[in-house]
Amino acid sequence: MQTVTRAPSGALERDTARARPAEQTRPGWRTGLAGAMKRYGPYAEAALGAVTAIGMLLTIWAALVYAPTDLIEGPVQRIFYIHVPMAWLAYLAFFLVAAASVMYLITRDDRWDWFARANAEIGAVFTTFVLITGSLWGKSFWGAWWVWDARLTTTLILWFIYVVYLVVRSFWGRTAQGARNAAVYGILAFFVVPINYEAVTWWRTLHPSEVLPLGGTPQLPPAMVIALLLSLGAFTLLFAFLLLQVYRLERAQATVERLRAQLEEE
Amino acid sequence: MRLAWGQLWAIVGKDLRLELRTRQVWMSMGVFALLALLIFSFAFDLRVENKAAVGPGALWVAFIFASMLGLGRNIAAEQERGPMDRLLLCPVDRTVIYLAKVIGNVIFIGVVEAVALPVFAALYDLPIITGLIVLITLLGTIGIAAVGVIFSALAANTRAREFLLPLLVFPIIIPVVLGSVRATEALVNPIHGDPPWLGLIIAFDIICLSVSAILFQFVVEE
Amino acid sequence: MSAPTTAIRSVSPARWSAPRQSETPGDTGAQPDETTADDEYQRDQSPQAIVVERLTKVFDARPVLRGVSFSLGQGRTLALLGPNGAGKSTLLRILATLSRPTGGRVIVMGHDLAREANAARWAIGYLGHQTGLYGELTARENLLFFARMYGLRDGAKRADALLARVGLRARANDHVGKFSRGQAQRLALARGMLHDPAVLLLDEPDTGLDEDALALLSELLDERTRQGQTTLFTTHQLARGLAQSHQTLVLLRGRVAYDGPSAALDLAAVCDLYGGEA
Repeated sequence: MQTVTRAPSGALERDTARARPAEQTRPGWRTGLAGAMKRYGPYAEAALGAVTAIGMLLTIWAALVYAPTDLIEGPVQRIFYIHVPMAWLAYLAFFLVAAASVMYLITRDDRWDWFARANAEIGAVFTTFVLITGSLWGKSFWGAWWVWDARLTTTLILWFIYVVYLVVRSFWGRTAQGARNAAVYGILAFFVVPINYEAVTWWRTLHPSEVLPLGGTPQLPPAMVIALLLSLGAFTLLFAFLLLQVYRLERAQATVERLRAQLEEE
Repeated sequence: MRLAWGQLWAIVGKDLRLELRTRQVWMSMGVFALLALLIFSFAFDLRVENKAAVGPGALWVAFIFASMLGLGRNIAAEQERGPMDRLLLCPVDRTVIYLAKVIGNVIFIGVVEAVALPVFAALYDLPIITGLIVLITLLGTIGIAAVGVIFSALAANTRAREFLLPLLVFPIIIPVVLGSVRATEALVNPIHGDPPWLGLIIAFDIICLSVSAILFQFVVEE
Repeated sequence: MSAPTTAIRSVSPARWSAPRQSETPGDTGAQPDETTADDEYQRDQSPQAIVVERLTKVFDARPVLRGVSFSLGQGRTLALLGPNGAGKSTLLRILATLSRPTGGRVIVMGHDLAREANAARWAIGYLGHQTGLYGELTARENLLFFARMYGLRDGAKRADALLARVGLRARANDHVGKFSRGQAQRLALARGMLHDPAVLLLDEPDTGLDEDALALLSELLDERTRQGQTTLFTTHQLARGLAQSHQTLVLLRGRVAYDGPSAALDLAAVCDLYGGEA
């Protein structure tokens, strides 16, 4: 039975792929970069993975052995070396979600969407760890599993924002509308976070007793500073590594969906 | 510019007229708010000592939940198929549509609040009926509506609209909750050196209105 | 297998004006004015009301329109035909600026929809599957509201005139929610024409209309042509569609299967086209 005669091959891919106006494929720095990434990519990735692993091992050593024990808080204070870097990365991830969302809305390029989603997933995990470590520290310092410290509370709100972002993502699946909606939410949430922090800080100044000494003290002994910086670097590498993996996963899933849709066409 | 102004008030007028005709949503919002206040007074076992502490919080929780009801229905009334096709067809700036919806909802929720406030003052026996409460309520409601309108447009046409809207809105409006409740408390128990909560709410309103006004077009497009 | 005439390609009117002649694939046919039956068909001469170039629309990896190209001159009427799922409604929604294309270009009355959508909306009227009316408002209130949205000063006058024209003057102050489907459709038609758009897009306007209303629709289409306004409509009533249009566009699975004068098509040819879809 005669099926619909197809236009010359490639048209379907062109149609269903991210359709952009016909561009001249002049070799420019972008193609050069893409080519370089293709060739050296796997090596760079392996290198990143190796450096991350080394960094994490070094951090474990530095945090547990190298850094001196805090006089006041005891060994539990070492949680600081996990808590602080992860907190900073959780907020960085959120900034990247918002930035990528803006870029997505402007360019409608799916890759920004994948990047935003990857950041959100990793950021959510990191935020969870921040809360857990903060809670553990609070338990040892105050004897309570939760304290309404300004920074911890803002991080709790951030956690909820991440969760809702991921709910929006899962609700709309891999659709353009879902990507747009999540982008809008991410951007609006980002603008609200600073106000949030101010509000919570004012709120907590009414109860100054519940403030966790989460690394705000300016005079840390040099060994601690080194350990902290090392930890910061290692966790940032870990973050980058995970980001890369999740981004590729997103891209692979999007490609699978597109191929599946093409198959269904035939 | 004059056209945009005319369009803005045309939409606000149309929404209000629609609501006056059916009155369903107003009634359910109003009753809901009052019931919430009632339940809180039982749940917190109001006594003389604690009502000043509990009261403002209960009031604003009632307002927020009632607003969620109202926002959901308001945007639902606009949908038949595809968000707001009727309006989007017209040569009207999407920002104008957004602002019109916010104004409409503020008026809308404001009426419910105007009824609930005296009831609250009586039930909880708190002397909050001053001129300032109007300002606090207005600013707080603007904040809730600014966030609520864009998210209810986002969640419109979905199966789980009613549960998705609060999920989206609540984490974002925390500054408004904090500010409004503390400001209302300050009416009852003025504290020295109280931070400028109203200023916080105003900042929140300005930021949310401007960001949402720009983002609204992305939510309603297809 | 049917004749090569059912191959799905965008074809020039020359091929289609002669299904009775033998032809070979790849034959681009004679000059358009030699064989075309419609001598008013001047595709390239008059200013174009609508120009669509390589329009694609993909709904989340599912392509609905795949490279549709056509143009429609001012003052002409185009019948958009095609089986269900061909993409007619999607095409209309894109033309009405309600939907953004994934690729390609759409120009309506000289406005590129990608950049000047709001400017184009002044010139576009649309009647979709939904009536686009507010049920709790009266007919008159509906029209007055939209008149304000279009910034029309004489909204009341236009509303009354249109209500009379579509035969709804008696029900001007009744709530639209109580209207029958036919009455609501008539009012929706009035609403679409309220701002006297240069381009009117109608998605299956004949559904739910009785004989009187169908006659009214015909009259309105003729009026528009006389006034140099452009109309594009879809329909499943093939015969009527062909009779009431200058140009016909047949969509099959998101692609143009025929684009040419309506007079050169007959019912059998269209059914052939529809049947060619596997």
